[in-house]
Amino acid sequence: MKGILYLNQFFGQIGGEELADFKPEIREGLVGPAMALQAVLGNEVEITHTIICGDNFIGSNTEEAVETIISMLKGKEIDIFFAGPAFRAGRYGSACGHICKAVKQEFHVPVITSMNDENPGVEMFRKEMYVFKGGASAASMKKDVSAMAKFGLKLLKGETLLPAVTEGYFGRGIREQIWLDPPVTGADRVIDMLLKKVHGEPFETELSIPKSDRVAIAPAITPEELSTMEVALLTSGGIVPVGNPDRIQSASATKWGKYDISQIDDLVKGEYMTIHAGFDPAAANNDSDVIVPLDAMRKHQKEGKIGGVYKHFFSTVGTGTTQAEASRMGKEIARVLKKDGIRAAILTST
Amino acid sequence: MANLIPVAKTVGVNRLVPTISIPYPLGDPATSREEQFKLRYHRVGVALDALTSEIEEPQVFKVKI
Repeated sequence: MKGILYLNQFFGQIGGEELADFKPEIREGLVGPAMALQAVLGNEVEITHTIICGDNFIGSNTEEAVETIISMLKGKEIDIFFAGPAFRAGRYGSACGHICKAVKQEFHVPVITSMNDENPGVEMFRKEMYVFKGGASAASMKKDVSAMAKFGLKLLKGETLLPAVTEGYFGRGIREQIWLDPPVTGADRVIDMLLKKVHGEPFETELSIPKSDRVAIAPAITPEELSTMEVALLTSGGIVPVGNPDRIQSASATKWGKYDISQIDDLVKGEYMTIHAGFDPAAANNDSDVIVPLDAMRKHQKEGKIGGVYKHFFSTVGTGTTQAEASRMGKEIARVLKKDGIRAAILTST
Repeated sequence: MANLIPVAKTVGVNRLVPTISIPYPLGDPATSREEQFKLRYHRVGVALDALTSEIEEPQVFKVKI
């Protein structure tokens, strides 16, 4: 049987962030992690091709990238398709999900990927495909690739599949009726569960309700109110004064900074820059307004659309940053803004 | 304001305005400074209008340039 693997520019050995605009390419044979994948698949499945595409290219031109890759795959023998592992890389995870989804739709073959639970790609795609629970970084490459490969073999051989949690992928929200051996009726099981609960013992529900962590939609501000209020600017794009005074990390950030813009109308080259390690910084270093649009906000202020711009802009780095840290930093920034009576903000992400 | 709208949606953003890329969300360096500013001014304006729009569910606001 034949399989094909999707990788980003980094794992496809094209290069780092500077080459994240790399357009899709198909290579015969094995590139990078494809070798580890082949080693586990053994003689059962041959990985015939590796597809490589830059994370930024597919992020900014998703439709074009997906179409190109699907057309590259047409006419190829495919029994199974793999993507990643993407670890905690958000753009890569999203790319793996988009490609797997398209391959599944077009060729009706099983698709498997792997991501860390902090990767936003998990929530985007877990219901539509097998997303294996992967490590945070490439340190777990071997383990993650092996999990994908072993499950792939199981699928192709038509072996009995166990529940998601046992197989090691994120639950897809699919319920299947199974016969228990020995049989225990639902009535007995629920009473057992209740007794455990009463005795303060751990028990496991059979119907887990996914917890949602949503922020309620804020009510609209009237245009009149907006014309008298200050609006804050926030970014996860790593814009800081040159020198990075707060030493915000370039990846996996745990810190944020606020920088005084009360006396300026424009973030000029040489005074502001980005320290974000997740994209080519050239454009933002040349003109940081492309990420923190202070100049455009000042024009809206002059024209009376807004009352003003809050005296500081807030900045952190979004790449590799865990959702838990992001959520904490967001709350901290919101507290500062609320204390100063700010009710409106624009956040630019990169 | 985000380039990866599906990601922003997944993490729970309610008012979304698309930007043009990851490294330069609001101004393509391949275009003139004036064009970059025009795009930025327009899209920031859409974001400000979004703040004054009552919505029932997460919404992606349309941009013209």
